[in-house]
Order: sequence, then structure tokens, then C-alpha cells
Amino acid sequence: MVIKIITNFFKRIFGSLFKGKEELSIGFYGPPNAGKTSLANRLCKDWTGEEIGSVSKIPHETRSVQFKEKVEIEFKGKKLTFKLIDTPGIATKIDYEDFLKFGIKKKQAQQRAKEATQGVIEAIKWLDDMDVVVVVLDALENPYSQVNITIIGNLVARKIPVLVVANKIDLGKADVKKVESAFPEYEVVGISAKYGKNMEEFYESLFKISKKV
Amino acid sequence: MEKKLTLSFIPYSEIAKLASVNRVKKILDIVLKNRIVILQGRLDATEEGSLIQSTMALAGKIKNFKGVELAVIQPNGNKEGVFTQFKLGIARALVGSRDALTIIGPAAIVKEIKRNPEKIDLMLKG
Repeated sequence: MVIKIITNFFKRIFGSLFKGKEELSIGFYGPPNAGKTSLANRLCKDWTGEEIGSVSKIPHETRSVQFKEKVEIEFKGKKLTFKLIDTPGIATKIDYEDFLKFGIKKKQAQQRAKEATQGVIEAIKWLDDMDVVVVVLDALENPYSQVNITIIGNLVARKIPVLVVANKIDLGKADVKKVESAFPEYEVVGISAKYGKNMEEFYESLFKISKKV
Repeated sequence: MEKKLTLSFIPYSEIAKLASVNRVKKILDIVLKNRIVILQGRLDATEEGSLIQSTMALAGKIKNFKGVELAVIQPNGNKEGVFTQFKLGIARALVGSRDALTIIGPAAIVKEIKRNPEKIDLMLKG
């Protein structure tokens, strides 16, 4: 009897986090090469043992939306089930010649550019399907870009809770403070998705913003 | 050899009564003529999203069109500084704003628009 009461109590508490939803759709958004897929892979590998997509030094490696359903994440005794949605990097220009520098042949580079333009369109379309969004930024890059403002502006307009991640803190020139200064109204977490650095703080913040759904 | 650079100024009154889709179309029509648009005011966040989507749709279809460079400047910088303007930028992006300036240039001409807390640089292609 006591066990049943306790079980029901916890069901009510955690059930209210979802407001009836069985899983929360969490999108990974940001400019190209910021580490969206690396972070999505980190979560997927930690909790399902599988990866969501391939990563590359060449920009626009992710050119279509890819997702993993029913990813159950447990943190400090709490459990949430997510649908992880990894999106193509959002850019205002895509030049196939930029890919040639990485040794890709012209035809492949042109095809990559074409697919990447479609990827950007698709990523923006998917915004309406998100419950929570993690905006992944490269902590080595200047955060004061219009694309970053546009992404966050669109999330605020849709009332979607935002967590800003300053990725690549394993690299010496990473500047998390600069990202924090650029987005003082948002929770900013510095991490290294590649090496799994500071993931505790990431999960803490993820669970915190998920409560806002 | 001389190179010609054309700036097209769009006063806010020209877009004020236009539907979102027509605002985006008007801007892109000018950009496709290889001109840099200086827009009085700014688009709201969803319009900026539509501008990016339309730009990408065109970049996938029109030869030699690779996209745009885009930046929004709040002109009362003396009081606030670009740093504070950036913080306010997201709030203003929600509703659009008449007291801003938006620069949109074709990527074939504008290499980069760099925004830093202290300044904004418009870098043109050589």
C-alpha cells in the first residue's frame, strides 16, 4: 500500500514534467561545424550505445535532419525520455568552393553544397516540432553573428526553452565567457562533446530547461 | 580595373505595409541584382528565418548565387554600445524594429560582415 502511494506520488511529479507527453523532442541547432552531431552522438552513445550520425571537419556533414527516438536519460534519480533531433547547420551562404579546400572533388563539392542548402531549409521547418532546443556554438568562434540571433529569436518567438552550449572547451582558445556575455539571458554551459567534458553540468541544465516545457 | 558597388536603400515605409513573404521577396529581388541592401528597420525573427530559407532555395537553383551575408545594426550605439545592442537584438528580433539598419549583401560581393562588441566590419571580395 505504502509502496503504491509512493509510486503514484513520483508518477505525478515526473508526469507533470511532460504535461502528458511521453517523450520530449529536443533539437540540436546552430551554425555548421559547431559540434551538434558530436553532442547528439555523445548523448546517444551514453544512453543507447549507438550514434546518431557521422561527424567531419568538413562543414555541412549533416545535410538532413536525423533523429533517435525513445532515448531515456537518467540524472540524479530523475528520468526523462527524449527524441533527439540533430539538424543541419544553419547558414546564410554555402559555397561549394569552400569544400574544395578539404580535398573534395568539384562535382562532389557541388552536390554537397546543393544538399546543404536543402538541409538549412529543412532545419528551419523543423523548428515548429521542437519542445526544447540546445543551441550548439563553437566556443572558438565569434558568437555575435546574425545567424545566432536569428536562431534564438525564432525559438523565443515560438516559446521554446533554449539551452546554449559553448562547445570545444578542450581547445585552448575556447572562450565560454564571450558566449555567456553574448547571451546573458540564457543558460550557457561550456562542454567538450568530443571528450565528454562537463557533461554533468550539461545534464543538470538540460533537466532544468525541460521542466519549462 | 574599376569595380562598381551598388547600395540600395529601402526606407521602412516601403516595407511597412507589405506581407512578410513580400518583404523577403523585395529584399532578395535586389540582392539577386548583385546589390547590397541597406534596409531601414529590421525583419522580425520569423521573417529572418524565411529570408534564410528563401536564400537557400535560390542558392540551390540559381547558378553562381551562393547566398547572402546579413547583419542588423541598432543605430543608437553611442548610448548602448554594440555589445548591449546584441543583447537587445534578440528581443527586438521578435517584433522587428524601425530604428535598426539591416545590411544584406550577396555572398559573391560581401565576403563577411564581422560583428564584435566594439565594431562592425563589412568585408568585400577583392
